[in-house]
Amino acid sequence: MQDEPTPEELIKAVADFLRNDIAPQISGHHAFKLRVSINALELVVRQIKLQQGSEAAEAARLSKILGVEASLRELNRVLAERIAKGEVDLQTPDVAEHLWQTTMDKLAVDQPNYASYRRELGDKK
Amino acid sequence: MEALLGRCVASWYPGATGVINAIRLSGGASQETWSFDIEHPGGNVGAILRRAPQGYGAAPARAAGLNAEAILMQRAYDAGVPSPRVLHVLQPDEGLGTGFIMERVEGETIPRKILRDQEFAQVRPKLARQLGSVLAGIHGLELSTLPELRRMTAAKEIAELERDYRSFDWPRPVFELALRWLRDRDPGPSAEITLVHGDFRHGNLIIGLDGLRAVLDWELAHFGDPMEDLGWVCVNSWRFGHIDKPVGGFGSREELFAGYEAAGRSVDPDRVMFWEVMGTLRWGVMCCGMMQRFRIGPEHSVERAMIGRRSSETEIDLLRLLSPRKNVRL
Repeated sequence: MQDEPTPEELIKAVADFLRNDIAPQISGHHAFKLRVSINALELVVRQIKLQQGSEAAEAARLSKILGVEASLRELNRVLAERIAKGEVDLQTPDVAEHLWQTTMDKLAVDQPNYASYRRELGDKK
Repeated sequence: MEALLGRCVASWYPGATGVINAIRLSGGASQETWSFDIEHPGGNVGAILRRAPQGYGAAPARAAGLNAEAILMQRAYDAGVPSPRVLHVLQPDEGLGTGFIMERVEGETIPRKILRDQEFAQVRPKLARQLGSVLAGIHGLELSTLPELRRMTAAKEIAELERDYRSFDWPRPVFELALRWLRDRDPGPSAEITLVHGDFRHGNLIIGLDGLRAVLDWELAHFGDPMEDLGWVCVNSWRFGHIDKPVGGFGSREELFAGYEAAGRSVDPDRVMFWEVMGTLRWGVMCCGMMQRFRIGPEHSVERAMIGRRSSETEIDLLRLLSPRKNVRL
């Protein structure tokens, strides 16, 4: 068993240090790159927190829709293929709901401030 | 660089005594943009160099090529489209590679400034209509006066997007859905084929306090359906958070269309919506391409890596277009 602190705690500590202590000292293109870098670290933290739960649920939904047991990537490949062939579409039971949920889970990690995502979460903005 | 530019400028700009303040603005390995000032006793002149350095002759398959870009900008300028005046097309013996030099137009291209800063408050409400009118000008250019460009149709565009997407070998059910949707609703070739700018959106539009001052970056120009440009400028990715204003986050489709029609051209709103869906998918595929270049390229750029993580933004936008949920305002 690996010891504490957790990866999540370590990355967050680095991100906080860069944002609070280093960013104010940097300007120009490097300041922009630093901001992007901090965003990347924060994305990783969100992914560590959320990925396991959301992907387990995604795999369970896909297995039910497709009637197949496989890895998540394989399940997504099968769904993609069936959509491409026209065997599955938005009218197929549970597909629209599945794609929405999966996409919302991706945005929660990738860009939780994206305006379309906030709107779909029900934020008045 | 200043010495090379200085020699070049002296050969075609009467009275020019040198070049100062040369700074590189942006660009990848194959294409560069430089800003510099031409020194002249009558007053210095701001200029921009766009070039492919020597040894980087081959443009990507989609690109019109720098020589074509120079001609397009000059034709647009002559026709009254806000556009930088082209000052000089590079010659092989100048040692600067291929490309051209144009006038530097002052103004803003950064979306967040244009959409938020108080100084643009008076301009924002007028922009959508003006963009419509400028697009009408671009689409009205006589094809016989233009260089030969790629001829694109919706079907070709769908096929290219599908090829690019499949090359990433990463399953994306929402992209598959969009590809099906586009194929099922392809309205067929446009009755009228015009010049299409191909990348008419924030970043390529210089905005001043008097409105749109210049249309830049004609790299993706081609011949095709004029409604493509109207759809692309409405893609949610260019609204920068102001999602209730489809045109660049500052205006409505109705204003864009009104400006276009007032300039004597007609709009097909269904085709525009079709191209908006295509454009949303296209930007999503481009984001995946950035991730690909991050992984295989030598630069290892964290910016590119993070753009890869923006492809999910286009997935939610595609779902909002193709499978809107009840009770959520689009």
